[in-house]
Amino acid sequence: MALLQLKSVGQTYFSKTSATTALEDISLSVQEGEFISLLGPSGCGKSTLLSMIAGLLTPTVGTVTVNNQLVTSPHPKIGYMLQQDYLFPWKTIQDNITLGLKLRNQHSLENVQAAVKLLKEIGLDHTLTKYPSELSGGMRQRVALVRTLATQPKILLLDEPFSALDYQTKLKLEDLVSSTLKEHGKTAILVTHDIGEAIAMSDTVILLSTNPGRIFRTFKMPETLKTLPPFEARQHPDFSATFQQIWEELEHIEQNDKE
Amino acid sequence: MNKTIKSKIHQAYLESIKKENRNIRLVQLFIFISFFLLWEVSSLRGWINPLLFSSPTKIGSLFIEKISDGSLYIHVFFTLGETVLGFILGTLLGTLLAALLWWSPFLSKVLDPYLVVLNAMPKVALGPILIVAIGPNFGSIIAMGILISIIITTLVVYTAFQNVDANYIKVVRSFGGNKKQCFKEVILPACFPNIISSLKVNVGLSWVGVIVGEFLVSKQGLGYMIIYGFQVFNFTLVLMSLLIIAVMATVMYQGVEWLERKLIKHRL
Repeated sequence: MALLQLKSVGQTYFSKTSATTALEDISLSVQEGEFISLLGPSGCGKSTLLSMIAGLLTPTVGTVTVNNQLVTSPHPKIGYMLQQDYLFPWKTIQDNITLGLKLRNQHSLENVQAAVKLLKEIGLDHTLTKYPSELSGGMRQRVALVRTLATQPKILLLDEPFSALDYQTKLKLEDLVSSTLKEHGKTAILVTHDIGEAIAMSDTVILLSTNPGRIFRTFKMPETLKTLPPFEARQHPDFSATFQQIWEELEHIEQNDKE
Repeated sequence: MNKTIKSKIHQAYLESIKKENRNIRLVQLFIFISFFLLWEVSSLRGWINPLLFSSPTKIGSLFIEKISDGSLYIHVFFTLGETVLGFILGTLLGTLLAALLWWSPFLSKVLDPYLVVLNAMPKVALGPILIVAIGPNFGSIIAMGILISIIITTLVVYTAFQNVDANYIKVVRSFGGNKKQCFKEVILPACFPNIISSLKVNVGLSWVGVIVGEFLVSKQGLGYMIIYGFQVFNFTLVLMSLLIIAVMATVMYQGVEWLERKLIKHRL
């Protein structure tokens, strides 16, 4: 049975002059341990969809369930990682990574130690007493990952988490995030507009169309790419073929959009 | 070789900064001394009316006299206490009011025009009403100090609350945080620098409020000394009080700046 299930979810925004449908009829089921990417042009409602899964936004129609439980508010089994790190500059790294534990009332010694261990795994245990301003962009995003993982969510929502980083750092972080999530057996949903990133990291890539956002096509990634770490997957011959395929579909969406 | 040249150039650079700072200090000191010197000489020679403008030496001897007979302390103590209470309470209450507005967008929309009007109104004019309402005592002077700073603090701090990046709140909410936690974990700490800087503004405002309050009611304090000096035509006393106020206000301002540096050194 699917861990996460979306049943014909839709979202409409209202303003004084109009009602805009951002998303329509999104149905999706995600298995445990699966890595899914939501790919699409800007304005296709990717981030809106993520906010609804996170329980930050209630869908206008349809339902989101985790383990058959309706998601109505931020679910403890779901972790959310934003485009930028948004570490709190007035807190030390230790206080930053344990923020979720504090808010979720899980601030036990055991959980704090687990968070610190995670920081160590990611190679940043020396920064524990430092402040975010003393860290580089890549380091900060790694700390943000630890903060998200500290509450031990089952599902991770990644909202373009690498978009604010330079290319080299981004490639390194892709590998790190991918291996960390695999090791801890997490399920992940990545929102991105970077085709390469989506292919290299995921098991399934879902293409969204615009106005309103709908599921346009679903691509299962070839087995050869799934098992490789993102950086190596990018070098694999199957990568460019898949890239080409998705690229063409994206072009289709853009053409449909113009008509 | 390369390294020694580099360190030499660096030395020269540091030297030039030091020199500039020294020059600034020297000129500042020069202005300070020549101001008092000019004051003294013009008063002595009768270029300015010595009865009105007094002179630094007269003020100095009065100061020493007041210190030695112990009558100055009580005045300084009172005014200082009123001012400190005034600006701390003004800032605290202003922040509290801002928190209330942040908590209830409805309330904030309702109160918006009233705040604008209250802010534009000269609060000092309310002095006489305060005295009648609260009584001619310590309380009405502090109320004056608070009144003069609270509305502007509310407006400044509330604006800061609103300008906090919403994504920090998203982080807290994604961890299931409620509104109270959003305020405690994000809004308040993020706006700490703004609150401190409104504290700085309020130091000045509170002095005005307290001195005006003392003009109106007090039997003690530097404001009282100024008014008393006017009444008995002792302008040496007036000017001495003014100089003491200037020095204390500066010290207080520096104190708040020190606090600011201490508290927010880790910010970006």
